[in-house]
Amino acid sequence: MGEKIFVEGNEAIGWGAIAAGCLHFFGYPITPQNEITEFFARELPKRGGCFVQSEAEFASIALLYGGASTGVRAMTSTASPGWSLMQEGISCMVNAELPCVIVDVQRGGPGQGTVTHSQMDYLSATRGGGHGGYKTIVLAPHSVQESHDLMQLAFCLADKYRNPVVVLSDGVLGRTMESLEMKTLEFGPLPRKDWAVKGTAEKAGVRSAVICAQGTTDWPPYVTMLERFGKKWDQMRDNEVRYEAYQADDAVLLLVAFGYVARSCKEAVNMARSQGLKVGLLRPITMWPFPYEVIRNRALEGVKFLVVEDNLGQMVDDVRLGVEGKAEVHFLGALARHVPTSLGMIMPETVLEEVERLL
Amino acid sequence: MKEKIYEKPAKLMPDIMGLCAGCGHGLFDKAIFEVLEELGIVGRAIGVFGIGCGNGLIRLTELDVVQAPHGQAAAVASGIKRSLFGKPIVFTRQGDGDCAAIGLGYLLNAAARGEKITVFMINNANYGTTGGQMAPTTIIGQITGTTPEGREPGAHGYPLHLPELLVSMKGVAYCARGAFNNPANFQRTKRYIKTALQKQVDDIGLSFVDILSPCPPDWHLTPLESLKWMDEKMIPEFPLGEFKNVDRIEK
Repeated sequence: MGEKIFVEGNEAIGWGAIAAGCLHFFGYPITPQNEITEFFARELPKRGGCFVQSEAEFASIALLYGGASTGVRAMTSTASPGWSLMQEGISCMVNAELPCVIVDVQRGGPGQGTVTHSQMDYLSATRGGGHGGYKTIVLAPHSVQESHDLMQLAFCLADKYRNPVVVLSDGVLGRTMESLEMKTLEFGPLPRKDWAVKGTAEKAGVRSAVICAQGTTDWPPYVTMLERFGKKWDQMRDNEVRYEAYQADDAVLLLVAFGYVARSCKEAVNMARSQGLKVGLLRPITMWPFPYEVIRNRALEGVKFLVVEDNLGQMVDDVRLGVEGKAEVHFLGALARHVPTSLGMIMPETVLEEVERLL
Repeated sequence: MKEKIYEKPAKLMPDIMGLCAGCGHGLFDKAIFEVLEELGIVGRAIGVFGIGCGNGLIRLTELDVVQAPHGQAAAVASGIKRSLFGKPIVFTRQGDGDCAAIGLGYLLNAAARGEKITVFMINNANYGTTGGQMAPTTIIGQITGTTPEGREPGAHGYPLHLPELLVSMKGVAYCARGAFNNPANFQRTKRYIKTALQKQVDDIGLSFVDILSPCPPDWHLTPLESLKWMDEKMIPEFPLGEFKNVDRIEK
């Protein structure tokens, strides 16, 4: 068993990255993720790593583009407005097939929004927020331990597919303190990074070219490239779906939630179960690829769904796609916060009230 | 017995450059490859290409190369240099639109951080690839696609002089401006390119060369008229020479 420490979710992101061998971080201060940037500023220099504070998130992502081109494990982290500024860079990294990890600790939006929390970047994160219709795997932790563990998975999946991976956290999770078991996860062999630039002398004179636009080299032709990307994204969709089913087997009502709201929902399930109500939770861990299949199967069994998310309705669209009109889909969102301010949260009691109303 | 007096740099691939008649971009490729060979750093070199007319020459460049998103070459180069802990020699090759407009913030902040990279700006006073619109370097009176009556200060502001701007920045080790309009200026510019890369080899600070370069189609001139226009209009606006050259930056 690994050493146990008591830390915030944001710091757990950092420890997870270091456990994955990431020694390269490029970032810009923005609330509520500052603890991540400060973590790397503190921890990387003493490990011989590379920390650069950029002038803006659009520069963090450009520095990361350069860092990832060299084949090292590298990352950045930001919060919602910064996430917006990174979209062109992420689109280019998908095109250039650069593996890296981008963490978005969501604050409230739209605009500069709030500095606290929300789950309002779901659509932007899962639909390829930038131009060009690309795909990235999106992992959403719901605990401090999972923040740490999913960072390691994120680096593995990035290398496996040569594609950026997004870790979608939120301001509540980022600042929740829990105990964390420090452990290095093993995921098996990964492809060699023989495409990385290091200077040709490092590779017996063989040249590497990292390209994010078509037409500057003869290869690959545009449609060949699109075909390859399409196949890769299909493989991600088919092979990387992850979710947690909590008290779900005999449930007649399934909550669907992610991130901090999944914690409220787990508690609501416990409260409902103590009253004898057959309620469970289905928690997507990969927000893309989304677990449509399990939702469709449960819909065919006659299960009702209640989607709970701290926004005005985003993931609920995916649940509706999943049920294909075969089941009731209800929604509880940001308007159900326990106080109507930026500090309000979706609490277990509110979820339970909605469950009782529906059953 | 014939004596060999010139050969193509070994790492510049023999292929069609695909540039317009009279374009200066190909001269940069000749100069940079000769300099990389002279300094013995071909194997350590990584080229970062901006978006613009120089882009197509990635094809001919037998180096490790990275194509940066538009404007971001200075940041991408910094990320490469830092991630390999200073080992490679990383240079950017950008146009004046890429470097001085959308890329200006990236360049100035890389300079402020004292990144050990070298930035080359091939300056043809307009956006060549997109068909000749106004760039920050377009000179007063110059007719472009977005200044059909000529650049006028009241409406369009003034030409941007990057080496003069970078002089004041502590993280900059070297900045200069050369021109590709005659053999003497080519040789002088090649020396600037060499000195700029030597600053990086010596790990001193950011180095920058602004290279005035002809663009006949977008200037609506013949190649020969373009060289004359550079002498008469462009060089008076953008004086040639070294603006900063230090061997050491105080901490």
